[in-house]
Amino acid sequence: MDEEIDTRKINNSFLRDHNYATEVQPVQTLDYIDSIKAFFFSDNGQLRSFTQPEPPLMRRQEAFNRTADIISTVEFNSTGELLATGDKGGRVVVFQREQESKNQPHRRGEYNVYSTFQSHEPEFDYLKSLEIEEKINKIRWLPQQNAAYFLLSTNDKTVKLWKISERDKRPEGYNLKDEEGRIRDPTTITALRILLDHKTVKLWKISERDKRPEGYNLKDEEGRIRDPTTITALRVPVLRPMDLMVEATPRRIFSNAHTYHINSISVNSDYETYMSTDDLRINLWNLEITNRSFNIVDIKPANMEELTEVITAAEFHPNQCNTFVYSSSKGSIRLCDMRTSALCDNHSKLFEEPEDPSNRSFFSEIISSISDVKFSHSGRYLMTRDYLTVKVWDINMESKPLETYQVHDYLRSKLCSLYENDCIFDKFECVWNGTDSVLMTGSYNNFFRMFDRNTKRDVTLEASRENSKPRAILKPRKVCVGGKRRKDEISVDSLDFSKKILHTAWHPNENIIAVAATNNLYIFQDKVN
Amino acid sequence: MINTMECAVDAQSLISISLRKIHNSRTQRGGIKLHKNLLVSYVLRNARQVYMNEKYAEIYRMQQYEEVMTVCNEIQELNPLDLVEDCEEQTADCCGSANESASLCGALLPVSHQAPSVQHLQPSSACSVPLALQSEEVCKAPEPSFYRSCCAEAYPVSNCDFSPVNSMHCNKTTVLDLDTHVVTTVENGYLHQDCCASLQQCCQGAQSPAKKRKLDFGYYVSEIEEVPDFTPCKRAKFEDSSYASTEPLDTSNISNLISIFGSGFSGLVSRQADLEQALNGQFCSKQALASLGAWTRAIVAF
Repeated sequence: MDEEIDTRKINNSFLRDHNYATEVQPVQTLDYIDSIKAFFFSDNGQLRSFTQPEPPLMRRQEAFNRTADIISTVEFNSTGELLATGDKGGRVVVFQREQESKNQPHRRGEYNVYSTFQSHEPEFDYLKSLEIEEKINKIRWLPQQNAAYFLLSTNDKTVKLWKISERDKRPEGYNLKDEEGRIRDPTTITALRILLDHKTVKLWKISERDKRPEGYNLKDEEGRIRDPTTITALRVPVLRPMDLMVEATPRRIFSNAHTYHINSISVNSDYETYMSTDDLRINLWNLEITNRSFNIVDIKPANMEELTEVITAAEFHPNQCNTFVYSSSKGSIRLCDMRTSALCDNHSKLFEEPEDPSNRSFFSEIISSISDVKFSHSGRYLMTRDYLTVKVWDINMESKPLETYQVHDYLRSKLCSLYENDCIFDKFECVWNGTDSVLMTGSYNNFFRMFDRNTKRDVTLEASRENSKPRAILKPRKVCVGGKRRKDEISVDSLDFSKKILHTAWHPNENIIAVAATNNLYIFQDKVN
Repeated sequence: MINTMECAVDAQSLISISLRKIHNSRTQRGGIKLHKNLLVSYVLRNARQVYMNEKYAEIYRMQQYEEVMTVCNEIQELNPLDLVEDCEEQTADCCGSANESASLCGALLPVSHQAPSVQHLQPSSACSVPLALQSEEVCKAPEPSFYRSCCAEAYPVSNCDFSPVNSMHCNKTTVLDLDTHVVTTVENGYLHQDCCASLQQCCQGAQSPAKKRKLDFGYYVSEIEEVPDFTPCKRAKFEDSSYASTEPLDTSNISNLISIFGSGFSGLVSRQADLEQALNGQFCSKQALASLGAWTRAIVAF
């Protein structure tokens, strides 16, 4: 297994603008972690109560509001046991759910920090004079096949496969130091070394005085020569328990395949391949092979002057390993079948809704650009997010979406201001719940929205410490559009557009959600009665 | 926070905001973001279309008024009593049909119909609107909102044709293809789908020159050299145009990102002069514009 290390590193401080964090330090990972327990829909549609412990670390967060801490991606693994977050500083923090214990039933399955590592560093492309951001754009877990966990993390240019493994035993004893008494790296102890001559193992019989023993196992642990007559057996290391240590090692580095900025990665259901997507191309990789990838979609025009749309997101079908979809900045989704041809420029299906001419404005193109596309767990439906709506499409119907949900339509009259302050370019993500019955997506003012597809009910909730008391119900919020504002409502003009929830995740099986609000992570879960 | 007063959805301000965004994106960390800049170029295009339509509608109204007044004055010399009705009729006629008397309505001929020679047209007190570069969509507008300058030479015009003069206006951009690492020189705008009505200057006697000027910033340098082709009223226009305008320049050829980056933002003139100074004093200075070698050969990495 080849391990390629990208050696193009730069001195962080050289390129940092004074507006940015000056250094990426190994941060205390709990600085930006805020675990709040709260609840939302129960199975019978009732809003249940919430609880919120007050971890002491929360106080510290105000002091550490650095750009590098802004969470840029959140993802549960396939069992929901692990939750990974990536941030703008290139770090990945992995949380693990506690085992449920009978002693503390109310602390059912809290998420605690499991591992932290620096996934990507800032780089500089000297050929094109471009700085490459270390921000983690996406994390995708691989399905678990052994005791270790694997995830893919990507920045704008490079995808890395990380192995996260535990070590809870430590070798003690012999054969751990080399001949000079230096401790050997335990990971390199792969075999006992018996008397060696060059690369040959020879078995010597020591019985004559005119030969002198050389080699290993003749010195004790302090380097003193042992009396040869006392060497009667080889001693092997003994494994002793130690404190749990979780280490993350990069196992593959997939680089130099993307000219434009990577926006998505998606692991195929065959567990052998995955795809990475940039603005104009989609590449297919084998997880084992880093020096070659296959281009399966290329929408770059022969003449860049004719560029009219870019790819914004892509995902493999959850069950069919030959099928994937990609969304475009023009509001269309294309479904492609890799069996039809090597290059999937021609789509099998095109999902597009004609634009409503009465809604035409300067910003029509911007608000119709799709920021996220997700298959349902069943594979039957697609969900897309554009600036103002969430749409559910039936794979079998290309002409129009099955359902359209308004996330924050009250912003339609504010598009000009949102364009000025760049908020109109925010890329919101959307997620399905485990049963494909509820959709969730973020909004501004730390609001996030849930839509129940069956009951057609929707709710707006807020992820903030100030508004949630311990063990209190997370109150539904409401934005008042015009006229009289009721007591608990917020007017559109009071919304804080710097507090945006772009990234959320839903546990694959249970009602546990993770919501990233700038540099805070909120975890909400159902209450146990 | 959004201001309670919704920002004026004004095409001109949108154009300047968009150009500023594109300019800032060049120095952003992480490189130029293709997606965002593409979206901004769409806003630019939409704003430009609205701006052009508004301008032409306004100028059409202006011309109509002046034509009517001219007719009315002439009629008045003949018969003061027929003033009102004839004026109205003439106005209707002028609006409706094409080939009326050359002296009056010739100036109002839509571009697509024909190319009347200059000699037949007497320059009216207000030169008609210049034909700035337009996209296809604008050219296909149903209303006859595009007029040829009565002062101009006759150019053969079809929807997507271009005259030799226009080709001299072409801006050159050097493009570096990030994939193949091939450097190519691109002639902006006229090679493709953009409509190619000739670019002309106009004198607006009644209006302030700066406001009505339709100078595409990308072609600024070459136009200075083309001055001799234009009538004196246009030449005077050039002098005026060297002053800092309070309005953003028309961005005629903004149909694609390459041309936006290649044109070097020489027309990026915002209403806030101090902001300009903060950004780059070059933007306003004619000397800098004259030495646009670096700008017109901007290397665009896409």
